[in-house]
Amino acid sequence: MEFFVVQTLSGFSFAAVLFMLASGLSLIFGVMHIVNIAHGSYYMLGAYIGLSIYWVTGSFALAILGGALAIAVIGYGMQRFFLRRFFYPFPQVMMTMGFAYIFRDLALLIWGGDPLSFPAPEMLQGSIHLGEIVFPRYRIFIILIAICVAIGLWFFNEKTSYGAQLRATVDDHEMARGVGINVPLVSGMMFALGAFLAAFGGVIAAPAFGIYAGLDFEVLPLAFVVVIVGGMGSLKGAAVGSILVGLVDNWGKALFPDFSYFTLFLPMAIVLAIRPSGLFGEKVS
Amino acid sequence: MGVTSYKLKIAGIIVAFIVLLILPPSLPSYWLTILTQMLIFGVLAMSLDILMGYTGITSFGHAAYFGTGAYVVAILSTRYGVGLLGCVGAALLAAILVALIFGLLLAHASGVYFLMITLALGMVIWGLVYRWVSMTGGDNGIAGIMRPDLGLPVSLDEPIVFYYAVLIVFLMTFFLLSVFTRSPFGQSLQGIRESVSRMRSLGYNTWLHKYLAYVIAGAFGGVSGVLWAYYNGFVSPSDAELNSSTEVLLMVILGGPGTLVGPAIGAGILVFLKNFVSAYTHRWLMIIGGVYILLILYFPGGLAEVVQRVTKRLEKK
Amino acid sequence: MKKVFLLSLIVGLVIAMGAMPSTSLAKDPIKLGFFAPLTGFAAQTGRDMLSGVEVYMKEAGPQVAGRPIQLITEDSEAKPAVALTKVRKLVEKDGCHVIFGGLLASTGYALQPYVDKKKIPTNYPVMAPDDLTQRKLAKWIIRTGWTSSQPSHPFGEYAYKVLGYRKIVTIGFDYAFGWEVIGGFQNTFERLGGRIIQKLWSPLGTQDYAPFIGKIDKNADAVFALFFGGGALQFVKQYKDYGLKDKIPLLGGGTTTDESVLPSMGDEALGTVTALHYSAALDNPANKVFTKAFRAHAKKSASYYSENAYDGAKWIAESIKAVNGDVENKEKLLNAMKNYRLRNAPRGDFELDKFGNPVQNIYIRKVERVNGELQNTIVKTYPKVSQFWTWSPEEYVKQPLYSRNFPPLKK
Repeated sequence: MEFFVVQTLSGFSFAAVLFMLASGLSLIFGVMHIVNIAHGSYYMLGAYIGLSIYWVTGSFALAILGGALAIAVIGYGMQRFFLRRFFYPFPQVMMTMGFAYIFRDLALLIWGGDPLSFPAPEMLQGSIHLGEIVFPRYRIFIILIAICVAIGLWFFNEKTSYGAQLRATVDDHEMARGVGINVPLVSGMMFALGAFLAAFGGVIAAPAFGIYAGLDFEVLPLAFVVVIVGGMGSLKGAAVGSILVGLVDNWGKALFPDFSYFTLFLPMAIVLAIRPSGLFGEKVS
Repeated sequence: MGVTSYKLKIAGIIVAFIVLLILPPSLPSYWLTILTQMLIFGVLAMSLDILMGYTGITSFGHAAYFGTGAYVVAILSTRYGVGLLGCVGAALLAAILVALIFGLLLAHASGVYFLMITLALGMVIWGLVYRWVSMTGGDNGIAGIMRPDLGLPVSLDEPIVFYYAVLIVFLMTFFLLSVFTRSPFGQSLQGIRESVSRMRSLGYNTWLHKYLAYVIAGAFGGVSGVLWAYYNGFVSPSDAELNSSTEVLLMVILGGPGTLVGPAIGAGILVFLKNFVSAYTHRWLMIIGGVYILLILYFPGGLAEVVQRVTKRLEKK
Repeated sequence: MKKVFLLSLIVGLVIAMGAMPSTSLAKDPIKLGFFAPLTGFAAQTGRDMLSGVEVYMKEAGPQVAGRPIQLITEDSEAKPAVALTKVRKLVEKDGCHVIFGGLLASTGYALQPYVDKKKIPTNYPVMAPDDLTQRKLAKWIIRTGWTSSQPSHPFGEYAYKVLGYRKIVTIGFDYAFGWEVIGGFQNTFERLGGRIIQKLWSPLGTQDYAPFIGKIDKNADAVFALFFGGGALQFVKQYKDYGLKDKIPLLGGGTTTDESVLPSMGDEALGTVTALHYSAALDNPANKVFTKAFRAHAKKSASYYSENAYDGAKWIAESIKAVNGDVENKEKLLNAMKNYRLRNAPRGDFELDKFGNPVQNIYIRKVERVNGELQNTIVKTYPKVSQFWTWSPEEYVKQPLYSRNFPPLKK
């Protein structure tokens, strides 16, 4: 019983991180129809910058905000000055790849390649003891944060006028411009938001999962799998996809450790075979 | 085609002739092996060009075929003592089989979706190679691949002999793929690249075309993997990893997608750059990334575009 | 048209000339070729190795045995194919007399045929795969580092006799290095009567160890964990987070608490007992000098990677001195390298066995906080341990190579 609870909760905490990573990717796809190869880099750099801010200020909150905002700015800059120059996806995707290489080397240059640890704030440290069950407090925190982010995104998307502008821009650039929406600004902000989410996820995850060289290309396939499973451009898809992938991966490793590597790709393969555009994805013609 | 670009083509052929055919016997062994490597990657880049340049679909998992070809040769030759024909045949078959299966999974995807799935599928092959330790040696890789004895008076163990063997395969690939791209089928692929809907409305079975292009690209990718296994004498999981796939992409973009000769030259340039630049700086990853971005910004057509622009300017005079 | 022809001929010839080797005059310097991953996921380790080598080169000065000495470094990108290409460059283009370096097992195996064919004396100062100096010997390769199972053999005894453990759960990275470190431990531990009750393996690159930690059999006397880098950091932390740290003592392979990750660990690492052929906390004069010099040069703590690379460079230079700088006589140099004994290395004295692997001290270390910093304090030293432990080489190689399923889990 205790095993079941702990494993499931662990799966959810992993899913929480995946959600923040994948929702950003999905968002970016939604607005620009490109796959951001630098998305893993955003995650990693967000964590590194957050850590540096923490070293300087000692404030966890500042670290999270600072790390995420810094990457949001970088994302905006990338989109505005480099990616928007093209009107079809292929060169945009290639450029994000070039950036991924640069970010990777930059991280090595600035922070070195040794793994670094990000201490969680005092009150979030330690574990909760409920009878036989021992579960790290910080991971509960991650789950709660992810839920807040999900609610926030949903609210923003469905209930605010900004969200409406966003949806209009995604649906039809021309028409959106026609009704007076500042399309370049909106798409830039959306891209920045996607970057923000990835970096936010990186900083939040850091105390539990660590920061080290190579993190960028390790999390990238994870984000892809979630989005393939959940469907591109869909927030619901990112949520469902993360939960599915997080739980299957966790339980897969626990029950069939010999196939650990493939537990990640199993949901993806199944979805691809049955419903190629993902569970909630827009139909790609 | 203007007179200048014609002259440039002739010049190019002559330089290629000298460098590839006349020069090698007098090259020191290190440069010879580098040239051999360039040719092997040239085959790989050309195979990807069929997809990227001619059909207009980008694959982030092309190293899967490279790895498949290489590993089949490695396993069969070291474990079962299979000779050249057996290894090459099996490797080709394996690459085609994988392409047939993966192609089906990719059937209804397009654009960026296609891209992501190819990446994930590439990782599946890498994972297989990495985890099926009893077959593939896992992260240790498989060493001790011997070059086959062709029963000729010269041995493939001699770098110069192996070089010419690779050159023959390279030229054959170039010839076959050139013929293929100029064929009606090849032309229709280019039509698909331009506009899928138009081709469909003209009655073409675009899905089948793309599928076949994917399989052919995979087959020739496997060929380069075979060459690679014999070249190094070993294989390791890094041959099939994501990084290898992105490197082939860069080769195609560097040379200019859709020209066949462009990607072949792009392969040469990248091999040269990697070996040359890394001797002078540890930051060459950043340099490669910068090259990528600059290329896309100013020369998305790669070297081929540069040459085109230069000839146009010369012709104007 | 003639102009075009001429121009292309010139271009072709220029390329040709650029590729020709330059003839050199006068007394050639001695050239050492060093290769390690300097980019990619193992970049920091490779750079630490390079720093160790550079510390030695500074110490040695510009000349060895009366000839100028030159270090040429190449990046292997942690890919064996690249390593081979770079080693070819070092040997054929740069004319290096000795090659050393390397980190990954695949690279080690991949280079063997080449260096044997070219007859280049080669040293692997860090690479640990057991078989390189056991069943898969190459004539021209020595190593001045260790084998993965070398520290594990005495450690298995220590766990049984000194710590009194009888039932242990092992967990480690699921590849050859993990199998060999854990295999060696299991072998000697069970020989004395202990039992490994569970063997868990996690893929390289795992961030979340929760599923594995949840499975650990709580009846164990101790857990033996083999990780390195980010995995070590994460596992030790998550081991504490999930409440096991207070219940089941943690043992590990040396890399689990290596000085490259130790500074980033916190109290959760205290008390972890590991075994390795080095610790930065070794209390001898040579080590004090080395760690100080290394910190000044690289601005971080020395770890076994850097110390082994340092020793590796020194070994080669001293062997060159032993042949009076006659590096062109490769057989003589190789012999000198095989017979050299290093005194007063930071890790202690050591020499090579007949198979080209060190016979050296193995240190059992415990993580303690001293002067506010974590360190691997030495709690016991096993002197003159060979890769074969107490077996004879002939007996030892009769056993299978340690793998995922050897030694097997006893039911």
